[in-house]
Amino acid sequence: MSVELFGTSFNPWVDAAIRLQLVVGFMTVVVMGLIYAERKILARFHQRVGPQKTGPRGLLQSVADAVKLVGKEDLRPAAADPWTFELAPYFVFIPIFLGFVIVPWVQGWNVRLLELGILYFVAISSISIVGWVMAGWGSDNRYAIIGALRAAAQGISYELPLVLALLSAAMLAGSLQLDKIVEFQSAVPLIVWQPLGFFIFFVAALAELNRTPFDIPVGESEIVGGPFVEYSGIRWSMFFLAEYAGMLIMAFVGSSVFLGGYSWPFGEDFGLPFQMLLAAGKGGLFIFLIFWVRASVPRLRIDQLMGYSWKILLPFSFLQILINGFVLVYGLPHIILLITGVLSLGLLFWVTEGIVQRPLEPRRRRARPTIVQEAEVS
Amino acid sequence: MESESALYINYLPVMLGGVVGFILVFTALIGARLLAPFSKENQKLTTYECGMLPIRRASTNIGMRFYLYAILFIVFDVEAIFIFPWAMSFLNVGVFAYWLMVLFIGVLALSLGYAWKKGALQWR
Repeated sequence: MSVELFGTSFNPWVDAAIRLQLVVGFMTVVVMGLIYAERKILARFHQRVGPQKTGPRGLLQSVADAVKLVGKEDLRPAAADPWTFELAPYFVFIPIFLGFVIVPWVQGWNVRLLELGILYFVAISSISIVGWVMAGWGSDNRYAIIGALRAAAQGISYELPLVLALLSAAMLAGSLQLDKIVEFQSAVPLIVWQPLGFFIFFVAALAELNRTPFDIPVGESEIVGGPFVEYSGIRWSMFFLAEYAGMLIMAFVGSSVFLGGYSWPFGEDFGLPFQMLLAAGKGGLFIFLIFWVRASVPRLRIDQLMGYSWKILLPFSFLQILINGFVLVYGLPHIILLITGVLSLGLLFWVTEGIVQRPLEPRRRRARPTIVQEAEVS
Repeated sequence: MESESALYINYLPVMLGGVVGFILVFTALIGARLLAPFSKENQKLTTYECGMLPIRRASTNIGMRFYLYAILFIVFDVEAIFIFPWAMSFLNVGVFAYWLMVLFIGVLALSLGYAWKKGALQWR
């Protein structure tokens, strides 16, 4: 029993270990690059220069950050629950790292393309919510527990639209395996047939990653960093690493499922360098969109946020699945998908406008005996 | 036996990935233990709080509304798992399977509407 890798065959254990090591190296480098890119791009949005002192054009900023974080004192508050507090970084990071297993970087370059790729991805990535709750609960801090509960509520609410949007794309491709979905899009990327699905996926991905405007679990101005209040030094940087690694996976899964991955345009015949360029370009575009949204949109209120998932995104993702099923089962032309997708996207924006502008509903209070005023009596 | 070995080869990296992830975090923590300074001082170990120290543990009061969302989530997540196999195979069964799923989602939409009307989706 052996597996092919770079033209030579290996024992499956060795093969898996080599591939995972490559992914670890790639992830570390890309995450460092992402941190630099985010600071530089956000600075440009704010009309600042951004990091510029460390290295040429500030390129070594992430290295300096990493050295500083490793050399920082790592505190555990006396009131914290030791086991939960110490284990939380593992529970946040490992599930997100496991998501790398199914990502198809370019043709033939991946750890393993599982047959149940999408199901595996959504199942494994939601485990990190447990880590967030552990971090908050173990810290024994008011801010941390509020942040953890918000993270859990938001994570599970946006899980459903994310799953259903990915599934609606997989219905058209007829497979849950990510490279088959990518190959299906060699002519037309799925975003053309599924504009509504892509929008739902993008919004839900922002919420799953706790990025602005869905960053109430870590909102600095309200709860000073949420579940991570008590973490410092290297443990805190594990959460940070997990956040950026999650962004990387989400970008590559999103670009494989909706933007055509390494396959569109011109298919897989143009060779590996061109595929790499395509994959990196699409992943980078996705990540840039995330930064752009962060620079442009303010944080949402919690009632808007939960309502948006349950009252708008969930019904619309059901609608998308039913439309897909109808078109596929009756063998109708795909152009109907485009028309209905654009129409329902317009409807979604119209409904969203109404929800966002509605003020917070006042909390209902128990009726109190009112003092009858003299003027009313007479 | 053929499919079993395929399963073994496919899910081996998943298991190993867990181990590699663990080692990654563990070495980072060990590195910090070796490099970072540690000095004992009681004031550093107090809970981060503005003003006086909090009384009692923080993890005792959890808002009721979080449970409502959790219960709703379980219902809809189980249902999403039901849709997965259907979405992969309904074309083999044909029109009948599609309309069955319309019925299924319709019942779910009714339950979502009920929760909505009862105010379970409204954050208070």
